[in-house]
Amino acid sequence: MAILKVNGRDYTIDAEPDTPLLYVLRDELRLNAAKFGCGLGQCGACTVIVDGKAVLSCVTPLVLLEGKQVTTLEGLGTASEPAPIQRAFMEEQAAQCGYCIAGMMMRAQALLQKNHKPTDEQIRSALAPHLCRCGTHMRILRAVHRAARLMDTADLWPAEKRSAQ
Amino acid sequence: MNAPVILDRRKVLKGGGALIVSFSLADAFAQDQSAPAAAPSNPPPQSPPGSLKTTPYLDSWIRIDADGSITVFTGKAELGQGFKTAFQQIAAEELDVPFASLKLVTADTKLTPNEGYSSGSNSTKDSGTAIQHAAAQTRALLVAEAAQRLDVPAETLRTENGAVIAPDGRKLSYGDLVRADMMHVQAQPSSRLKDPSTFKVMGQSIPRVDIPAKVTGGPAYVQDVRLQGMVHARVVRPPSYGAELVDCDTSAIEKMPGVVKIVRDGNFLAVVASREFLAVKAMKALTAAAKWRETARLPKIDELPSVVMSLPSQDTTIFERSDPTVTGLRTIESHYTRPYQAHGSIGPSCAVAQFVGETMTVWSHTQGVYPDRQAIAEMLRIPPASVRVIHVEGSGCYGHNGADDAAADAALIARALPGLPVRVQWTREQEHAWEPYGPAMVTKLKASLGGDGKIASWNFEVFTNTHSMRPGGAGCLLAAQHMANPFALPAPKPIPLPEGGGDRNAIPIYNFPNAHVVHRFIPDMPIRISAMRALGAYHNVFSIESFMDELAALAGTDPVEFRLKHLDDPRGRDAIEKAASEFGWRKGQQAPADRGYGFAFARYKNLAAYCAVASEVEVNRETGRARLVRAVAAVDSGQVVNPDGLINQIEGAIIQSMSWTLYESVTFDETRITSTDWQTYPILRFDAVPDKVEVHVINRPGKPFLGSGETGQGPAAASIANAITNATGKRLRDLPLTRKRIKDAIDA
Amino acid sequence: MTGGHYLLRAILGVIANVTWTPGFVLRTLKKPLGRMKKARVIGVIVAALLVGGVATAFVVAWQPALAAIDPRAPQSFDAALVKRGRELAAIGNCNNCHTVHGGKNFAGGLAVPTPFGAIFSSNITPDTETGIGRWSEEAFRRAMRSGVDREGRHLYPTFPYDHFTHVSDEDNRALYAFLMTREPVHAPPRDNELSFPFNQRLAVAGWKLLFLRAGSVRADSAKSAEWNRGAYLVEGLAHCGACHTPRNALGAERVDAAFAGGDVDHWRAFAINARSSSPVPWDAQALYAYLRNGWHPDHGTARGPMAEVVNNLSAVPASDVRAIATYMADISSIPAQDRKLRGEAALARVKSAAPTGADSPGASIYAAACATCHDSSRPPPYGGINLALSSTISSPDPRNLANIVLSGVRPVEGERSPIMPAFADSMTDAQLAVLLNYLRSRFTDQPAWTGLEKVIEEARRRQTASLAPPSASADKMQ
Repeated sequence: MAILKVNGRDYTIDAEPDTPLLYVLRDELRLNAAKFGCGLGQCGACTVIVDGKAVLSCVTPLVLLEGKQVTTLEGLGTASEPAPIQRAFMEEQAAQCGYCIAGMMMRAQALLQKNHKPTDEQIRSALAPHLCRCGTHMRILRAVHRAARLMDTADLWPAEKRSAQ
Repeated sequence: MNAPVILDRRKVLKGGGALIVSFSLADAFAQDQSAPAAAPSNPPPQSPPGSLKTTPYLDSWIRIDADGSITVFTGKAELGQGFKTAFQQIAAEELDVPFASLKLVTADTKLTPNEGYSSGSNSTKDSGTAIQHAAAQTRALLVAEAAQRLDVPAETLRTENGAVIAPDGRKLSYGDLVRADMMHVQAQPSSRLKDPSTFKVMGQSIPRVDIPAKVTGGPAYVQDVRLQGMVHARVVRPPSYGAELVDCDTSAIEKMPGVVKIVRDGNFLAVVASREFLAVKAMKALTAAAKWRETARLPKIDELPSVVMSLPSQDTTIFERSDPTVTGLRTIESHYTRPYQAHGSIGPSCAVAQFVGETMTVWSHTQGVYPDRQAIAEMLRIPPASVRVIHVEGSGCYGHNGADDAAADAALIARALPGLPVRVQWTREQEHAWEPYGPAMVTKLKASLGGDGKIASWNFEVFTNTHSMRPGGAGCLLAAQHMANPFALPAPKPIPLPEGGGDRNAIPIYNFPNAHVVHRFIPDMPIRISAMRALGAYHNVFSIESFMDELAALAGTDPVEFRLKHLDDPRGRDAIEKAASEFGWRKGQQAPADRGYGFAFARYKNLAAYCAVASEVEVNRETGRARLVRAVAAVDSGQVVNPDGLINQIEGAIIQSMSWTLYESVTFDETRITSTDWQTYPILRFDAVPDKVEVHVINRPGKPFLGSGETGQGPAAASIANAITNATGKRLRDLPLTRKRIKDAIDA
Repeated sequence: MTGGHYLLRAILGVIANVTWTPGFVLRTLKKPLGRMKKARVIGVIVAALLVGGVATAFVVAWQPALAAIDPRAPQSFDAALVKRGRELAAIGNCNNCHTVHGGKNFAGGLAVPTPFGAIFSSNITPDTETGIGRWSEEAFRRAMRSGVDREGRHLYPTFPYDHFTHVSDEDNRALYAFLMTREPVHAPPRDNELSFPFNQRLAVAGWKLLFLRAGSVRADSAKSAEWNRGAYLVEGLAHCGACHTPRNALGAERVDAAFAGGDVDHWRAFAINARSSSPVPWDAQALYAYLRNGWHPDHGTARGPMAEVVNNLSAVPASDVRAIATYMADISSIPAQDRKLRGEAALARVKSAAPTGADSPGASIYAAACATCHDSSRPPPYGGINLALSSTISSPDPRNLANIVLSGVRPVEGERSPIMPAFADSMTDAQLAVLLNYLRSRFTDQPAWTGLEKVIEEARRRQTASLAPPSASADKMQ
């Protein structure tokens, strides 16, 4: 039994301490964003934020999360009230199949929380652990820049609904 | 399988041009905006367009309920290309209803038309066209009904926002108008379609309907399917093709926490557990306990091209043209090679199956729910009607990956656990090792230039396996091959022209006075292969477009100018000129030091979308490292449904093709596949992403939809190869164009 | 060393031996000083000695400037010679010190930390103003031989001329040809950050006098040609001892502790002599494979500064690497019988590894974060090294392990290469200590490390550019 703090709430998890966080999130908590891409730490699809830092949840066991705050994409915002990073990815239509996107967004979010105005070089470097097979890279980079601008205009509260273009 | 178009050989021998004409004429008539004043010069086709041919009833496609809610059905699957959105646009446009008011149901053997596979870039052409016409005809029927009820001529009525409106303002909603079986009529061969200049949603970059869920953690993928009581399975695959399970002591694993069952059927071995991580642990233990006898003898990887050329082949001349008055003075010859390459889907394949009573339901990201149903039913030895396959999105598949096999695995295991939903998740290693690859290919090209600097004769041979081993037959499924009473792999067959498989785009689009194209079809498949995005077109276009540059150099002509000299097709010329001009291509241009410019063009399948790509590549002469700096593409897809969606697809195609072209090859030793993860099958990472990729869309309002999902792969590859040659002065002909190969070429 | 040096040494030697007896002094000077007072005599003697000493020092320390040349055109160098020079530069690992991460090749500017302060590597591109474009071959040779630049200034021995002094004229010629055909880069040298008196270059002259043994490596006729070639390379250009040998208080390698281990940045360059702590003893074959490929299944993977070294060695003739391996394996002395047995035991232990469980926090971390790769049946380099065989875990120094676990192993662009995730962000220092302690106790029979959390904290702070992925096939050898 372990207490896990996810997206601001406490959950009691009945799983062995060596269970990777990815399985806990997906199977116990039924959160969809973090994905199984390889289980080997090679692709980044499982990325979530723990205590402000991006980590690969497929190689992070439950035992390491005691007392830490886990944030998943679901914790940032919703379709009707998206966070800046989510708005940016929607506005740039930065997805093809979209499978890699949640991981990319969490890595980007962690970067933007530390560095409000990253250069292109810094974004590319931060996203180095992530693979995208569809070739959406250009849009992903644009979306992260856009998210930086959105966060910069100090509108961290997604106030209005946006209708289709 | 996509219904192949029956081919008139004589039309094909004219270079495929006649076929193109007949296609476009037929469709042009069908898409006529208004009734033609004069009789058309060609007789109208007898069958309705697109997939309406095979599923003619309107209500198979569009259902309007009494409360006015509208559901659109498509037999195609969303693969991440944005179809759900595009089809919704098409339907909303022709029905004259708000975009958001429609619901779209995709590939489900219980609910939707049978449209074979979502492949070949045919989805918009087949399904989009069907929906377009079905919607237009549905609207026409509603208007006719309203005309009757309101007692006014139909021409005076207009439709808006899901209602028919009379000149005096009287209004009848679609829900009001619909009566039982009104839509249960067969589609007419032609429809009155909307004038493109009045389009409200078609041709607009409507944001994709699936993206909001994908960026907020909403359920979107088959991996997200969770059913009550669901159990988790992991398959233990053999270590190599044809390996036999000689021993497996499962007693310890059966006692592991959470283990529900171990399924063993011949060489098919799987473990099921109540929780996913427990299944993973049990799988590791089961893998260690399984003892296999391996018998595979794989080709020598260093001799792959000569192996390919030495395997027995069935040779067909697929194109012949002869003009003895034109003779060539200078001749060159080149061979190009391609290794096996992997789809490399980011999300390893996954499926959920549940066997309740007599019915097996499977949730899968297969590209073909109907063919997969057929195969699974055959495997389980039950009637197809007892199997329902529902498409749920997976990660991008780029062709026939492990999806169908995962579906079969789930079905086989679910049968052993009646009532329980069983989820099968492939591991990364399994996806890499067991997916069917894009086949290794060799092309031999020989051409001569006449005194006028134009190509006088052209010879093209392509050595290739089939490019499709899709189920179809149960024997195409791994589970069916591995079970105790196995199914044999069906004999491979080539995909007929004009689509083609290994010979896709083997027939050049250019006008050559003498031309001879041979398809050497190789039935032996020492390594598991099937369809991968663009099929043979990737390598064939790479070969043709590289060779065109070689010939242009021989002729001393600018590469763009050289292509235009040989191309009549006006839309092709437009695409070439657009890409060149947007790139800033200049005759006699000189790239900066360590950089090169390259160009390439093709029309996918010679009948789908046109794509031209100009690129700038940077090559480090000391290390051989090549990087795509900038790519500028022009694409003509006919009537564009969603411009941004199209641009997204072409950008993606260019970047994916760049990864294939510079990095990728499957590796294997004498027995096993050795490229089993991202360490051993590296693909593009952010450190090599280009600075800029631009896509310019040439919209052709009112023209038929042209498949665009695969049109960028070949041109991007050749463009990059040509740019590398421009930068280094050396020609590389063996894919992938790795750092080492480039360095060796520079040093040579 | 020049003839002048020998002469001076001889003179000093004579003076030292012959004159340094008060009796002799007094007797010699008796007559002229006879009439002087004793104190004054002593004063004169001391003054004479001082003058003589300063003169001596001046003669030793002062080096003439060599004439600046007009830069030679790159085409004037023979292509084969340049190619040979490239290989030798790879063996010498020149680019590693003379290039700053992200900077232009050979343009210098890398800070090399020493106990005396930071020294910045120089620009050795053929730039005429800020590089060595105006150096004659003679000047280059002198720098390699005696650590003196063209203008006659002494170079700090962070430039390991105590090894490069062994490089033959022929090889220096090739190196010169290679460097002179590189891209010239205008990059003014950075000032060293040394405290007094170390910032006085003349002090280096004294250092040289004490520690620089100029000249070539003497061949051993009892050994094979390959061994001798290895000796020439190891003691010379490859300068292995510069990292792998401990240094004395004045920063010179301790001759009595050759290859007993050293420190580079925050990495331990393991002992590669008889004091090696690797569970399975090294032999020439294993060493060759490791140096050539960057890994060995029974030992581990080259990371940190060694990664660049093996990267360079992958591009030189195999025979040279084999020679290095042969020599090193031989002089690091045959492992004792008990070490051999322990090696076999370690290998046997690997084959019968107990299944991983979740019985302790360390075990849980290992099971989820490490075992998938490190406990699979997949051999290195794509399967993680079995940790029971890892030299890193068996080393008395935990720094390397901390470094690797924090930073992981990043993939090489577009090439098949190992990938290990970085764990810096998913584990706190305390958690890393739990893991490292677990690995130590589970996979070795060595005593626990002490001060682990401090090491981890320091490692985290010092995540340096040396942890960036090595670029494949001599990316920096431009």
